[in-house]
Parts: sequence; structure tokens; C-alpha cells
Amino acid sequence: MAPSLEAVKVTKKYGSFTAVNDLNLKIQGTKCVGFLGPNGAGKTTTMKMFTGLIAATNGNALINGVDVSKDKKAALASCASLIETPEIYGSLTPKEALTMLCEIRGVPSGERNKRIDEALAQVKMQEWEDKKVSSFSKGMKQRVNVASTLLSDPNVIILDEPSTGLDPRGMSEVREIVRSLGNRLVFMSSHLLAEVTEVCQEVALIDHGKLLVYDTIDNVTARFAGGGGVVIIGFAKPVDLQTGTLISKIEGVTSFSRTNDRHVTVKFDPTVVPQDQLFEKIAGLKAGARTFESAAGLEDAYLSLVKETL
Amino acid sequence: MASEDMTKARVSTASHIGIIAKYNFLNYFRARRFYVMLVIVALVSALFTSLVAYYRPPGLTDSDPITFYAGGWGRFISLLVVLSTAFFGGDAISSEFQNRTGYFLVPNPIRRSAIYVGKWLAAVAASAIIIGLFALVMLLNGLYYYPGSVPSEFVQSFAFSLTYLVAALSLAFLFSSLFKSSAISILMNVILLLIVFGIVDAIVPSFAGVEPWFSITYGAGIVSSVLSIPYPEHVQIIPAGRDFNLTIYNATIPEGLAILAVYFVVCAAVGLWLFEKKEFTS
Repeated sequence: MAPSLEAVKVTKKYGSFTAVNDLNLKIQGTKCVGFLGPNGAGKTTTMKMFTGLIAATNGNALINGVDVSKDKKAALASCASLIETPEIYGSLTPKEALTMLCEIRGVPSGERNKRIDEALAQVKMQEWEDKKVSSFSKGMKQRVNVASTLLSDPNVIILDEPSTGLDPRGMSEVREIVRSLGNRLVFMSSHLLAEVTEVCQEVALIDHGKLLVYDTIDNVTARFAGGGGVVIIGFAKPVDLQTGTLISKIEGVTSFSRTNDRHVTVKFDPTVVPQDQLFEKIAGLKAGARTFESAAGLEDAYLSLVKETL
Repeated sequence: MASEDMTKARVSTASHIGIIAKYNFLNYFRARRFYVMLVIVALVSALFTSLVAYYRPPGLTDSDPITFYAGGWGRFISLLVVLSTAFFGGDAISSEFQNRTGYFLVPNPIRRSAIYVGKWLAAVAASAIIIGLFALVMLLNGLYYYPGSVPSEFVQSFAFSLTYLVAALSLAFLFSSLFKSSAISILMNVILLLIVFGIVDAIVPSFAGVEPWFSITYGAGIVSSVLSIPYPEHVQIIPAGRDFNLTIYNATIPEGLAILAVYFVVCAAVGLWLFEKKEFTS
């Protein structure tokens, strides 16, 4: 059975304040879904309801078809999560803390050390495995938290801003880890639209507790980004005037600007030149184009859908 | 990570309780507060041992062993139980919210009740070590002055102190579930057990003539009462002026055990219910 996450008419109220309002969302299959929205939109609240940290006022949060409020143990059996920035008992070492989770999750004893070693290696924390967590920085703790989601082979992973507290390299490594979770359903909230664009195939956008849209990134961008796409292109050497002129002349390119010496931002009309063809054409210029990052398209869509920050 | 080669065993709630107890005990055992409690026990023990050895107080070292244990063990054990309760139980649950460790534990396939009970067992174990160490020191002192004689009353008192510990930790966990602040839950625990219940035990019988059967410290009075010879009268009326008498109640052993048992059961049920309902909100 394909992994799934489903919110059925989920509402969460705190007194007179409605944090999540009649949310209906069904995600099924192995993919990464970005969960976007402004501060206070209800992203973390939704994720907390999926993980049993809070209870829904109304409605049902289901993981793999099991209602979390009715049978949390069964619902979370194949789901790992990282909500906000958890703390680990300070006097435990990462190895002990992860062993505890392995035991809780029923990872066979013969498998535990291997799983823990692999997970710690993925987050580059092997050499700290026997040091007490109390001596760790916030970023190091978050790496251990990320490792904790990889232990028990879950088919659903819920990540609430997983790169919070990490340095740029750590953020990049987390993105790499999320990308490597290919055979799972990953539901990840983030304010970093470039990160979401890089690792997710779909996005769900929530505001004031209501779902605004849930679709593939391409569709959301096409529908809400004002018909234009935007890519940031990185070059191996400083971009000269001639390269800029050549890019501007590509059919479908509507504007071109230098972000810095080695990066340019290109706006284009995807109905004239689809993104992949644009990449091919720019690479064909042999001007040293190395990286293509599509982010601002989602940003435009986000900005057109979310009118206020709070 | 490959998913094919991984098989997960279904873990029972009883096993979950054991896992939580094991790692929380490890956490307690390495924590500074455990060593603070050890230092307190060492100081009280050293002070008692040296002062008794030097001054040889009449009646304590030359009469009967029960009096000796009443003067040492009986005088300090209630305080140690209260301190252990505050140190190991006072913030056991509230810290999961305040320190955010609950965010690491709770979103797993484990019942909250297993976390609660496991943490409670760890607190009982850590506290029992402290109390056991103090009992050992008192026992060695007693054997020095009264060789070959360990009165059954001391053994009973030790057993009652553990019963008091179990009930007091149940109360501490209830308060810990009630508050999200560790400091407040620890403070409430200490204030209640050291001051409020003590005042209630003294005032209610004297001024209202009512037996304080609802007080945990009244029930815990059996820990020291069992070391009195004879066992104190259930009701004592002491003249305290021309027209005023002080009424003192002493819990009988069955009554004391019943009070502690009721505290344990009621506080455990309410505390558990609170923890089940409490939400992890920022």
C-alpha cells in the first residue's frame, strides 16, 4: 500500500482562535511534498496533530489510513517526524538516544548499531556519537534529530523546518538527505522556497488555517506565478556582457539581470520556452553555466497566493 | 537506507515502560541532582555518625536500638523523601514540555501512559537508591552500638518510607503534569510537602478537632510512629491552657497505609489523565 497522509476536515481551535480550519488534504505515494505558508498559518499545528503532540478539535488526521487520535501507536509505527527543534536528554549520548528510539520503534537488536551508525554518518555526527548531547550546539542537536528520523525505515516522514539552526553546509546536507529519501512520503514544512523547489515535487500552501492549494510545483507555478518562470543560473566564471546578450536573445526570455559576478536571474515565459529547453539552450551557449535553480517561480506563486505575513 | 531488509517487532506497552524507565534512570544517574542528593545523604550521615560517636547522647546509644533508629533514621527520613521527590519527580513531566524533550519522545509509536509510568519508575528507582543508602548508613551505625540487633520496627519503617516515597512521587508527578514550568512544579511540590501539609496536620486537629485523614504527610507519620514505644495513641489531647486543649492525631498503621495508597492511586490516575490531555504547544 502506498504511504499516505490525510487530514479530513481537521480543525484546531485555541479558545476563540482557529489555528487550522476545516483542513482537507490527502497526500498519497512516495514523493516529497513541501508544506508552505506564512508564520502562524497552521503548518506546525497541522504537523503536531499528525504526530500526536496535540489533538484536533474536530476532524481526523490519518497516517497510512490510521487515525492518530484513535490509535497513535499504530499510526506512528511507520512514521518518523521532526517537529520544531526537539531536545534530547542532555546526559545521554547520540548513540544512547538513538538506541532508545530504536528500542521504542522495535528495530531488531542485531540491526540497531548498523542503523545508528548509518544515520549518524548521514548527518556527519559519527565522531560525536559517544559525547553527551548537553555539550552540543543547536545545529549539532538538530543533526541528531534528523538522524532520528532515519532509524526505523519509516514510509512516512514529517519534517517541520528540518534545516532550522543548521549552518549552510548543514542545510545543504539535510536537503541531500531529504532528496535521498526517494521511496518514502516526505511531508516537509519550510520557509525556504528554494529548498522546497530543490527537494519537493509537490507543494501544499496553507494560510490562516485553510488550504489554499495542493498541486505539483510546476502546476502551482504555472497557475499562480503570473505566467512567468524564473531561474537563477550559476556560472563557473564571471558572466560577461556577451553572455548576457546571448541569453537575452533566447526566444521566450523576458528579462535578464546579474545577481552577482557569477549568477544571473532569468525570467522567461514557459509557454514559449519550457524550463528544461531553456536550460539546454543556455548550456548550449558554452559560457560555463554550471547550476540552474528554479525558485522565484514558486516565490511568485507564493506571493500571489499569500497576501499577508500574519 | 534500504527498506527491504528491515523488520520491526511490535513493542508492547510493558516493554515501552521498561525502555523509558531504563533511559530516564540513566539520565537521572548522570544528572547533577543525583549527586546533590548523594552529598546531602553523605552530609546528614556524616554529621549524625560523628556527633553520636563523639557525644554519645544518653538514651540513644545506651538504651534500646529502636530509640536509636528513631533518633537518627526517624528524624531525617521524611525530609529525604520530600527532597528526593522534588529532585526526581518535581519536574519529571513538566520538563518534557519546558525543555522540549517531549518533542523527541512523544511523536513515536508509544503511548503517553508508557512514558509517564516509565519516568515514574525511574524516579522511584533513583529515589530508592538515595533512601536505601541512608538506611544502610543508619543500619551500620545501629549495628555498631547494638551489635546483632536489627529491630523489626526499623525494617517496617524502611518499608513505610518506600511506601511514602511511592505516594509522594505520584503526587509530584501530578503537579508536574499540571504545570509546564519545571521551577513551578518543583516549588509547588516542596511547599506542599514541607509546609502546607505540615500546617494542615498541626492546625486542623487542634482548631477543628478533625483528623487530617486527607493529608499525605499525616499518613506518612507511620514512618516515624512505628519507631515509638509504645506506638502513639490514635488521639492525644494535651492541655495547652486553662480552657484549651491541643488535639493530636496519629495515623494507625492500616490508616496510614490506606492514606498513602489512596494518594498513590488518585494522583497517578489524575496525573496520567492530565499528561494524556496536555498539548505540546510552544
